[in-house]
Amino acid sequence: MIIKILGMGCAKCNKLEEKVKEVAKVNGIEAEFIKVNDMQEIMKYGIMMTPGLVINEKVKSYGVIPKEEQILQWLKEC
Amino acid sequence: MVKSNMHKAALFFLPLWIAVYFSLNKIIDFLIFDLLGLAKGTHFADAAWFFFFEVPKVLLLLTLIVFVVGIIRSYFSPERTRRMLGGKKLFAGNVLASLLGVVTPFCSCSAIPLFLGFVESGIPLGVTFSFLIAAPMINEIALVLLFGLFGWKTALIYMSTGLIIAMLSGYIIGLLKLEKYVEPWVYEVKAGRLETAEENPSFSDRISYGIDAVKEIVSKVWIYIVIGIAVGAGIHGYVPENFMASLMGKDAWWSVPIAVLIGVPMYSNAAGIIPVVQALLEKGASLGTVLAFMMSVIGLSLPETIILKKVLKLQLILIFVGIVAAGIIIVGYIFNLIY
Repeated sequence: MIIKILGMGCAKCNKLEEKVKEVAKVNGIEAEFIKVNDMQEIMKYGIMMTPGLVINEKVKSYGVIPKEEQILQWLKEC
Repeated sequence: MVKSNMHKAALFFLPLWIAVYFSLNKIIDFLIFDLLGLAKGTHFADAAWFFFFEVPKVLLLLTLIVFVVGIIRSYFSPERTRRMLGGKKLFAGNVLASLLGVVTPFCSCSAIPLFLGFVESGIPLGVTFSFLIAAPMINEIALVLLFGLFGWKTALIYMSTGLIIAMLSGYIIGLLKLEKYVEPWVYEVKAGRLETAEENPSFSDRISYGIDAVKEIVSKVWIYIVIGIAVGAGIHGYVPENFMASLMGKDAWWSVPIAVLIGVPMYSNAAGIIPVVQALLEKGASLGTVLAFMMSVIGLSLPETIILKKVLKLQLILIFVGIVAAGIIIVGYIFNLIY
């Protein structure tokens, strides 16, 4: 599973990354994390608010830090 | 289960809120004068009363308004706003963009993707700017604090002047045809389409959004409010009236541009600046000057303009800051004339 965090290094972006890593770790889910800082790259996902959470090239959330249960559900689906 | 309990709690809190808010006066009277036995009329009692009354009052107002704004914002998203602005001509577009700037969730860290998203979908530059000016300038926290500390008139004045500045500044930027000062790569961006289905949350989801907004914002700003009001209380009790009159009063014509010059590079969140505003006003500074100072601190900020440097050439940034600053100065003078 490839998890991308889209954002240009805002506080929320770092928080999102930490949270998703934590949820994956606690539940023993293996994933590769990629940080996407490049604006043109970010825009390809069509979001207008950062941070964006992309799992296996699908945009799961943007502009917010989702709740843990929600993140876990996404991780399990993939 | 947990969710529905939360909503019941929210319903229960509303009457409690009303009861506490409207009897706060008496509660604090009892606390300060009866329980602590401070003598009325002393500087210390005045300052203490001010502090213990204003802190819960402002926090109560903040909680309610942030909750309501959180629910309102759940009806708007940048995507929906972009769709509503598509195909709008100048002026009508500027008016709509400024209004949407108030209600669309916005954080200055998202200014770039939002700018790119708007421009890429063909929304005129001037209309995009109206949005980008209104969004940070008209801030719900500032609105709450002005309402709580100075009454609804001042809050309304703040909101309407903010809207007018955003509309006109965006309109002028549109007329000037400044597209050449946007970094060329902006126009080459090919934004993807979001695949996620349009969400249509239930009303109980929206209530959760409101509760989340309260948790996030109140936990972040309460400390600034307490500090700000503590400073305000100190000034309230001890600094002589009219202390600021000669520096920031009506007769000092140069005070408005100076206030803006000082305000633009300063960056503070709305919660931090309002108690300062209150202290200045109380000590004889005029409303127009203080309003100009506040708007330039909240609406124009150095970090945000530095972020914008990635997509705009320096000329356009200077024009943008110049036009908005000029608008703020004009508003300042108008208010000094009226009041």
